[in-house]
Amino acid sequence: MDLSTSQLLRFSTAGSVDDGKSTLIGRLLYDSKSIFEDQLEAIESTSLKKGHVGVDLALFTDGLRDEREQGITIDVAYRYFTTPKRKFIIADTPGHIQYTRNMVTGASTANVAIILIDARHGVIEQTKRHSYIASLLQIPHIIVCVNKMDLLDFKEERFNEIVEEYESILSKMMIKDVRFIPISALKGDNVVKRSEKMNWFQGAPLLHTLETLHISSDINKIDARFPVQTVIRPQREGFIDYRGYAGRIESGILRTGDEITVLPSGFKSKIKSIDVQRKELKEAFAPMSVSITLEDNIDISRGDMIVRADNQPRVEQEFDVMLCWLNNAIARPNAKYTIRHTTNEQKAMIKNVLYKMDINKLERNTEDKQINMNDICRVTIRTTKPLMIDEYRDNRFTGSMILVDEGTNETVAAGMIL
Amino acid sequence: MKMKKYYLNFLDELESEAIFILREVAAQFRNPVVLFSGGKDSIVVAHLAMKAFYPAKMPFPLLHVDTGHNFPETIEFRDSLVEEMGAQLLVGSVQDSIDEGRVAEESGKRASRNVLQIATLLDAIESNKIDCAIGGGRRDEEKARAKERFFSHRDEFGQWDPKNQRPELWNLFNGKQREGEHFRVFPISNWTEMDVWSYIHRENIAIPSLYFAHDREVIWRDNSWIPVSEYITIDAKEIPEVKKIRFRTLGDITITGGIESDADTLEKIVEEVSAMRQTERGNRADDKRSESAMEDRKREGYF
Repeated sequence: MDLSTSQLLRFSTAGSVDDGKSTLIGRLLYDSKSIFEDQLEAIESTSLKKGHVGVDLALFTDGLRDEREQGITIDVAYRYFTTPKRKFIIADTPGHIQYTRNMVTGASTANVAIILIDARHGVIEQTKRHSYIASLLQIPHIIVCVNKMDLLDFKEERFNEIVEEYESILSKMMIKDVRFIPISALKGDNVVKRSEKMNWFQGAPLLHTLETLHISSDINKIDARFPVQTVIRPQREGFIDYRGYAGRIESGILRTGDEITVLPSGFKSKIKSIDVQRKELKEAFAPMSVSITLEDNIDISRGDMIVRADNQPRVEQEFDVMLCWLNNAIARPNAKYTIRHTTNEQKAMIKNVLYKMDINKLERNTEDKQINMNDICRVTIRTTKPLMIDEYRDNRFTGSMILVDEGTNETVAAGMIL
Repeated sequence: MKMKKYYLNFLDELESEAIFILREVAAQFRNPVVLFSGGKDSIVVAHLAMKAFYPAKMPFPLLHVDTGHNFPETIEFRDSLVEEMGAQLLVGSVQDSIDEGRVAEESGKRASRNVLQIATLLDAIESNKIDCAIGGGRRDEEKARAKERFFSHRDEFGQWDPKNQRPELWNLFNGKQREGEHFRVFPISNWTEMDVWSYIHRENIAIPSLYFAHDREVIWRDNSWIPVSEYITIDAKEIPEVKKIRFRTLGDITITGGIESDADTLEKIVEEVSAMRQTERGNRADDKRSESAMEDRKREGYF
């Protein structure tokens, strides 16, 4: 594999035990030869003990003791595999409504969401829920895998019916790129190898799709945003005057000589250098971690944002977000929370609840204003000081925020700025 | 004109992610340390930390939990690296914990100080008022680790509650804690063994000689070559012999098994690892104790 060009693709899966999600992941790992012999032996012996015929691929995704005992996925588990074309990170999440928060967590950084549909059942509530979350979190690509085709004699008609059914719910969502693949995770059809039983399907198998999907444009390369994490001041010989602003470029491209504005102060300067350790770069782009030095000595600290003078984010202290509540304790309207947005931290409160989303029916509920765990609602947030924000749909990193409870220190909510 | 490609290859992306995490640690905690074992993962973390803050020095001391059952090569390497980096070294000693009666030494042929390290580590965290311990743990190592967060909360007893972890979304990390609690942070969570080796090779990072093939006196135990040392009990059926081996992971000399190998350069190691059909922890007796050995130790406060 060529390490200098090989990319990283993150994808999420959601589902419960019966969907064949674990079998699909097991199949991907097994057929791409990403499973080691000692892992395989362990699973063969467990399969035998449980009385399964052959290797139970689902056992590859076994997690914590409680999950093994109950046969469910509770929390996100991360798995890894590499092919000669790409490195993959799977965020394996549960599918049940009571674990919506875990699905949201796994989806937050994914390039691709895999939505599994059982060919026997077609589009069900869970399909809508998973798709809505993928759309809400703006996962750039969706791959709908119509699974268990082997149980329906690999019939094309059934596949087409499901595609049509799914397209009818798409109208309620904001999904840009969706593709469909008929598979049998159990038998291995169209997962890694092309199915011989579904010659009517012209598309590529799942792995090939994941290997070739165009993902370079998933990151916003237009709006340069550089939230400052920390200031590097070596104060040692040779670097007495060095003052580097360390951070990750969250979107866009920055070049030496660019005219920049520092927010929220509004001071202007020019980029003197972009450094990665001893290397000086002429330009750098998202998601690179760099340190930036400026021509002028201005007061900049953590939480400030360096942007290009001609392309600036909104600077606001009251805005609407789609909020997903992650905590057992219900939301307290008008109570103070800590809001964390990029590297900035302020106080905030939920000023108003506009509506709650019924993510099974895809309907808005404007009556019920109490925010419970796993609820997704549109709210108005007010902060003590202005934040430098973009709309989430344009920028996943300057458009997202979390709320932290000041009493328990727990992360209680995640929000996508509208 | 050739079109410029504005994307990172995956090693660069993993590096950038790790540097971002390390800088968050520096910004969010008052007294963080890097847990340093002398193994390749903690060496990579130290290397990334140097990169993240250059030209300033790495703003974290190194903390070594010393079981007393070390490979001499590991200690030599540790001391030379500390000197080169100009870093501060803190040492928590398992022998001291035993001498003070805080823990009891295991006995028998399979005795190991692996579990004893937990008490020493937690004592070192408490006595040095450490609020964040940065580790080289990776999610691909083991199924309990696959559930680990980048910023992983530990209660006042140092315990991990895997069922009640803080959600971690986008690049927003919450390191808020009460007095007496602490965090474990894992900057290379998303790296695999192969990624670590490719990176060591690419960056030409110095590692202990133990990782390269060398002749050593060993015995065959639990499907791997265990080094003969003053710390292990050898029974009559185990016959010491000299083999050309190298280690894939480094832990206590009593539990770290080697593999037969001729790989004596980084290129050869990378090549060998990419063809491996066994997981790296397969040679670690500490993980073979039970199916949930890692989860159980992690709950108690293990690395």
